[in-house]
Amino acid sequence: MSQQESQAIVHTGHPTPGTYFKVALILSAITAIEVGVFYITALGKGIIPVLAVLSIAKFALVAMFYMHLKFDHKLFTTLFVAGLALAMTVVLALISLFQFFV
Amino acid sequence: MAHAPSMPHGGEHEATSTGLSHRKLLMWAFLGSDCMFFGALIATYLVYQGKSLVGPFPEDVFSIPVTSVSTFVLLMSSMSMVLSYAALTRGNIKAYRIWLASTAILGATFLAFQVFEFRDFVQHGLTPRTNLFGTTFFTLTGFHGAHVTLGVIWLLSLLFHSFRKGGASPEKELELDLAALYWHFVDVVWIVIFTVIYLFGVFEGF
Amino acid sequence: MSTMPFAIPRPVHPTGVWSWITTIDHKRIGILYGVTAFILFLTGGMEALLIRAQLVQAEQDLISPEIFNQLFTMHGTTMIFLAVMPLSAAFFNFVVPLQIGARDVAFPRLNAFSFWTFLAGALLLKISWITGGAPNAGWFSYAPLTGITANPGHGIDLWVVSLQVLGVASLAAAFNFIVTIVNMRAPGMSLMRMPMFTWMTLLTAILLVLAFPVITVALIELMFDRTFGMNFFNVAAGAQPILWQHLFWVFGHPEVYILILPAMGIVSDVLPAFSKKPLFGYGTMVVAGVVIAFMGWMVWSHHMFTVGLGPVANSVFTFTTMMIAVPTGIKVFNWLGTIWGGSLNFKTPMLFALGFVGMFIMGGISGVMHAVAASDAQQQDTYFVVAHIHYVLFGGALMGIFAGIYFWFPKMTGKMYNEGLGKVQFWSMLIAQNITFFPMHFTGLDGMPRRIYTYQENMGWEFWSLISTIGSLMLAASMLLFVYNFVNSWRNGEKASGDPWDARTLEWSIASPPPEYNFAVIPEVTDRDEWWEEKQRRRIGVPVPVSGGSGYEPEEHSIHLPQPSYWPIVVSIGLLIAGYGVVYNGVIYNFVLAAAGVLIGMIGVYAWALEPVNDPDPDDEHSSH
Repeated sequence: MSQQESQAIVHTGHPTPGTYFKVALILSAITAIEVGVFYITALGKGIIPVLAVLSIAKFALVAMFYMHLKFDHKLFTTLFVAGLALAMTVVLALISLFQFFV
Repeated sequence: MAHAPSMPHGGEHEATSTGLSHRKLLMWAFLGSDCMFFGALIATYLVYQGKSLVGPFPEDVFSIPVTSVSTFVLLMSSMSMVLSYAALTRGNIKAYRIWLASTAILGATFLAFQVFEFRDFVQHGLTPRTNLFGTTFFTLTGFHGAHVTLGVIWLLSLLFHSFRKGGASPEKELELDLAALYWHFVDVVWIVIFTVIYLFGVFEGF
Repeated sequence: MSTMPFAIPRPVHPTGVWSWITTIDHKRIGILYGVTAFILFLTGGMEALLIRAQLVQAEQDLISPEIFNQLFTMHGTTMIFLAVMPLSAAFFNFVVPLQIGARDVAFPRLNAFSFWTFLAGALLLKISWITGGAPNAGWFSYAPLTGITANPGHGIDLWVVSLQVLGVASLAAAFNFIVTIVNMRAPGMSLMRMPMFTWMTLLTAILLVLAFPVITVALIELMFDRTFGMNFFNVAAGAQPILWQHLFWVFGHPEVYILILPAMGIVSDVLPAFSKKPLFGYGTMVVAGVVIAFMGWMVWSHHMFTVGLGPVANSVFTFTTMMIAVPTGIKVFNWLGTIWGGSLNFKTPMLFALGFVGMFIMGGISGVMHAVAASDAQQQDTYFVVAHIHYVLFGGALMGIFAGIYFWFPKMTGKMYNEGLGKVQFWSMLIAQNITFFPMHFTGLDGMPRRIYTYQENMGWEFWSLISTIGSLMLAASMLLFVYNFVNSWRNGEKASGDPWDARTLEWSIASPPPEYNFAVIPEVTDRDEWWEEKQRRRIGVPVPVSGGSGYEPEEHSIHLPQPSYWPIVVSIGLLIAGYGVVYNGVIYNFVLAAAGVLIGMIGVYAWALEPVNDPDPDDEHSSH
């Protein structure tokens, strides 16, 4: 890709402040839901997957819109997701090694 | 080997193979690396979850309403960060400064919440030495707080710099972009910490 | 921005000590890395000689058990972090920009910072010998041996801080080389046209940025336990010290590939050059490297087979460990395929590269032996493991590095080394290392534990221990021969041409030593092994516009190189002071020294950020931002 092409992507693809506001609203709403769900004691441990999904959604929204990964070069996504995926794998591997194999 | 026309500038200003800026590429590689840093800290917290021999335990000290507010503050700082970026790329330097300052203030507010929370925990008898929970909790959230502190210093430096001649202009959006990426990363780390440490915290060894 | 921060003028020293202190030229930094790391390598060798002297016969009392513990800890830490890694970094610095047709690395000042910070970390470790006790818990320093109650001295503290500082240096260098290789390739040099050493550098750098944060966290935890009385590894508070083992080896196993991949890259460039053939199976070589780098993350618990993880975990890690032998095997067969039917030229670098293949296979085979958890139960913590690690790290990584030193010596110095002495040195080193390390297989299988400071007469280990010690003296002699050849050839050697080996990659298309700007004209790459193909094109008379770097002098104003800077070394000095201040935090007053170090570092960072890479040039308004 020539420099001009990539520059064009960087400068035309960014969302408008309106989009940023909408994302902020969604993020606030999800946080409110998380806290709300937290107080529904009837769910017991069942809320863990619910909270996990909501948290992942928030993470993804910030990464895609505020960090512009949705609009930027996919090499950036690759670098970030490599670290992220490996970190998650290591966390899960360590938890299971300590839960089940010790 | 035909020869391309000589590229006049060495160092950080050359045209690049991918068309991407060196510094932005470095920032993303750093963020990938920092994922591993927080991953190892979170793993430490989780493998010791529910293994403290003496209290206070998470359910004794966590105040979900207070932490929800500070989480909200940090989320809003991310929003003001992108608005600052949008203002800069439009060339509106005044709005850029206002949003940049708001971001730094929101970040500092988050830190104030953290200091308040730490003091509260200490008053409940939880210090980093008390038990495994104290040790792992203060270390994890303390390093996150250190990241936020560094971010606030960075944002304030950019703010001061914007008052110098030619200190801020749409052509130099990269300077802000790098700080913004770092700032949002610190925010997403907190999103994980809030859910995994605070909200899951009441379930022993989930 | 044209004003200088704090009105300190930019350094202008074309020669002399200051030119080296302020240099940001990747070639000079490469040489600094190489020379410093080799000196540190010799100190690690001396520590090894003392260990061998103590073990030469049963019930020897030359060295006390306390000092012995410090010796093997320092030997391991030095060789891994202060010798093999920075020697590889010397080649990253010197060779990679030349191989990809660049004028420098992406962040020249960050590169200088990496070197000075590495030196700061080395000083923090080595200073422990004179400040009252070196670290003594082995190179992987298992908790709770490192706890403040079991180990009250400052040796472990210095070990922790020095590894943190070295980690900063390695991370900075790794980020730099990722960006350099991704972003600064000459036009036409696609990823699949990159020389294999550049490929392996990229993979090593990626492993570094992902693995070092994990050891950073483990070291922080240990430091907090020791300095602030926290509980990460405190059994009395319910902690499980095995956490240290997991975190250490999550880092530690990728670290093993960080040590060996650069050597594999060097060998993959040396063998084709001296076989007059392209590298056999280039594509599979790349894929094998990527698979090794990936699978290196899935095998860490094979270092912990005997701690009792249970049959499921042990089986899983046995399986993944055996799997990783497959891509490694692919590499070995590709090296054999490269020399098969080639027009072989047995110069010293070639001999070392072939030696690497042979020794590395032997280390690999004993590696597969302890990949089997059941078999490892017999071998764990015996001299058999010591034999294995030395076959892969000495016979493997260091033989590869020596191949690289001889291969690129003419390019680095512009002189030829003495070929006869080089060959003698190769053979003496090959024979001596086998005399030293092969007997350790026998003593190990006979049950000799590693790290014991002495042993009794009737154990049956005396003969082979004596042989090992004799071998280590021969190795020392071989190293002295190398130092003589290196120094003497650098001063008095014959002048080397730009391409003494009739080699294949771009670094050989320019003069030896390369001019400061590397390439007068940035080459346009159309082939893998571009320089070789270019020579063929010239031979059959395809017209070429301009010759490569040599012989063509660019105009004064056409090339703007990044300019020297004081700030990288200032930040590194800040880190050195802060590191020392964290360990000796009672000096002056609580952590005042550490705070002073941080302050110096911060000043350096600000000055660095405000200093343009290039001073503005009156002729050209774009030359700085």
